[in-house]
Amino acid sequence: MRTLFKFHGGVHPPTHKAESTRTPIAQAAMPSKLIIPLHQHVGNRAVPTVQVGERVLKGQIIGRPEGRLSSAVHASTSGTVSAIDMQTVAHHSGLPDLCITIIPDGKDEWIEHSGVDYKQAPHTELRHRLREAGVVGLGGAVFPSDMKSYSNKHKIKTLVLNGAECEPYITCDDLLMRERASDILRGAEVLRELLYAEEVLIGIEDNKPEAIAAMKQAVQDDQHAHMEVIAVPTLYPGGGAKQLIRVLTGIEVAAGVRSTEKGVQCFNVATAYCAWRAITYGEPLLSRIVTVTGNVEHAQNFEVLLGTPVHELVAQAGSKPDTDRHIMGGPMMGVDLPSGKVGVTKATNCIIESSPKLFPPPEPALPCIRCTRCAEVCPAELQPQELYWFAKVQNFGKTQEYDLFDCIECGACAYVCPSHIPLVQYYRFAKSEIWQREQESQAAEVARERHEYRLFRVEREKQEKAERLAQKEKAALAAKAAAPAPVAATANAGDTDNTVQMRIDAAVARAKEQAAGSQPKNIDTLTAQQQADINEIQARRAKIREMASNAGGDDEPPKQS
Amino acid sequence: MIAALLVMVFISLVLGAVLGYSAIKFRVEGNPLAEKINAVLPQTQCGQCGFPGCKPYAEAIAKGEADINLCPPGGEEGIRKLADLLGVEFKPFGEGVAPKGKAVAFIDENTCIGCTLCLQACPVDAIAGAAKQMHTIIASECTGCELCVAPCPVDCISMQPIGEDISNWKWRYPTIPLVQAAQ
Repeated sequence: MRTLFKFHGGVHPPTHKAESTRTPIAQAAMPSKLIIPLHQHVGNRAVPTVQVGERVLKGQIIGRPEGRLSSAVHASTSGTVSAIDMQTVAHHSGLPDLCITIIPDGKDEWIEHSGVDYKQAPHTELRHRLREAGVVGLGGAVFPSDMKSYSNKHKIKTLVLNGAECEPYITCDDLLMRERASDILRGAEVLRELLYAEEVLIGIEDNKPEAIAAMKQAVQDDQHAHMEVIAVPTLYPGGGAKQLIRVLTGIEVAAGVRSTEKGVQCFNVATAYCAWRAITYGEPLLSRIVTVTGNVEHAQNFEVLLGTPVHELVAQAGSKPDTDRHIMGGPMMGVDLPSGKVGVTKATNCIIESSPKLFPPPEPALPCIRCTRCAEVCPAELQPQELYWFAKVQNFGKTQEYDLFDCIECGACAYVCPSHIPLVQYYRFAKSEIWQREQESQAAEVARERHEYRLFRVEREKQEKAERLAQKEKAALAAKAAAPAPVAATANAGDTDNTVQMRIDAAVARAKEQAAGSQPKNIDTLTAQQQADINEIQARRAKIREMASNAGGDDEPPKQS
Repeated sequence: MIAALLVMVFISLVLGAVLGYSAIKFRVEGNPLAEKINAVLPQTQCGQCGFPGCKPYAEAIAKGEADINLCPPGGEEGIRKLADLLGVEFKPFGEGVAPKGKAVAFIDENTCIGCTLCLQACPVDAIAGAAKQMHTIIASECTGCELCVAPCPVDCISMQPIGEDISNWKWRYPTIPLVQAAQ
């Protein structure tokens, strides 16, 4: 028997898991349209590769990954792209983001795809396949899996497979483990190979005996040598990566340290399943299991195509008429969806239909009485009451001193707070303010550098120009020394210090010389009449020049005709 | 008596020499206070304070020649930071000086004649272009200082406010209805 460890704090909210585990996973009906956001993962938004009106096949890439930290987005079924525009997405802000809308043609026609044998293929290819298949962490963090399945210098000893599913109401991983255990384990084996890990520890909370039994059976049947299924005590938030690692291995992952530095990497069971499908069959991540529960007639898990509008999905579970909002995720950490029209994304593990009866509006908050019950339950061993205090007065420096960024926003503190203070909202507010300030100061630093470089550049250009001029002057002086006649002319003009004037004078002198040197060629055979005309014109010109020089009185040389 | 005096004189001479030497050896380059003030300023280089850039303004504040409430892009928060740093009272913005929302410059490329005047005005080299070639703003580097707007002879530069989208959205300050004590 393995010794298990404990993490600090934790709460026991009513689990409400039984409602949705009575029936097996059902295939959700083909939706009337798919709204697929291009930013379903951590990192850069995918770049659309299709055009409006284009026919796409199931599994075709419609958004290619951009940059290192990004993931591909695919068409979940065959159909026609009807729009690429900004649509409301499942996000706290309720703001729109770029989505691709596909009208399914009902044929569900696959694009050509094939898998590889993970034992033969090089690791770089496997990771590339995960990226191209859009495999991201399905536990909720949606971090691209190809980035996580890399072990620098083989430092990872333990791969933790997270099947804890600690949040109330959610049962999608439970059902997946019950029904598809062997594929999950095969996926875990692939990830273990990629990480060069020695062991795989599968942590499942002990309120899921069927899943534990199924997984144990699969480990036995497929003779996975390095794997162990471990039942962990049911305690929210035991499914947090740091908490599960603590329980299974006893390793404490300190503030600002990644678990990989301690030799542990953590994947969700559904991620392992998708990794297996992607590598062995070449099937990208097109659907996921979603628990539909709460205020519905028959709560159930569905296999849902990504992009399915939430209202079409909940209708299949019989959403009751008094439903006032949809919650994506669990009741502790979930997102209030801005509307039922948003599409299911890779992060959608659960849709809870909420009614005023099921989740009554929160009681009005009372002042903090410093009872520190929040500190007792905080799984990150923070001082939530202090963080609240500092976040409330917007003393963000202090919140950081109190390790605000270790907060996993699990909501345990707000759950036990006798004053009903929405603590997590304060922490989120403080975090986003700090992030913004950080970004601003970075931008200011860049602007300062660019400005300083510009000043340097302008100065340098000035210098270079002066140098060029000086060189030209030198060359001009040398030329003048070589040709004495123009030098004499310019010397007469005076003002030798003014180089521009000197150069103008030199040019004028040169032109004069040229004119003097050249003789018109058409005056050899002139008639007497013509000669007389010419003489008359010349005389007139001489007169005009004389008048001009008398009137102006300046020393400007006469213009050449 | 004399011996004691001599000892004291000797000690004072030695210490004086040490102090004098270290004042030369460990001289602080530049004005450290101005550097600190410059770090607080938003580096838009917009000149709205009346100085040609953030650093000259920082130097003026350090010398006590300028007020701390002259920087609209820094906002009231910027004034607060400066007040904290300098140990002076917070001072609100003067009449007609108010922070504006963030914006980036935008060149209407159909109207641009390629005169390069805006290129010369931009303090952070955030405009790409050349003589008789169309210019364009490198939006990611633009500080929104508006210095390029005035020089444009064809008025093709406008300031576009930066709207809120998912990437820059922030959590709001939680508002909680407090229960009346009298209830």
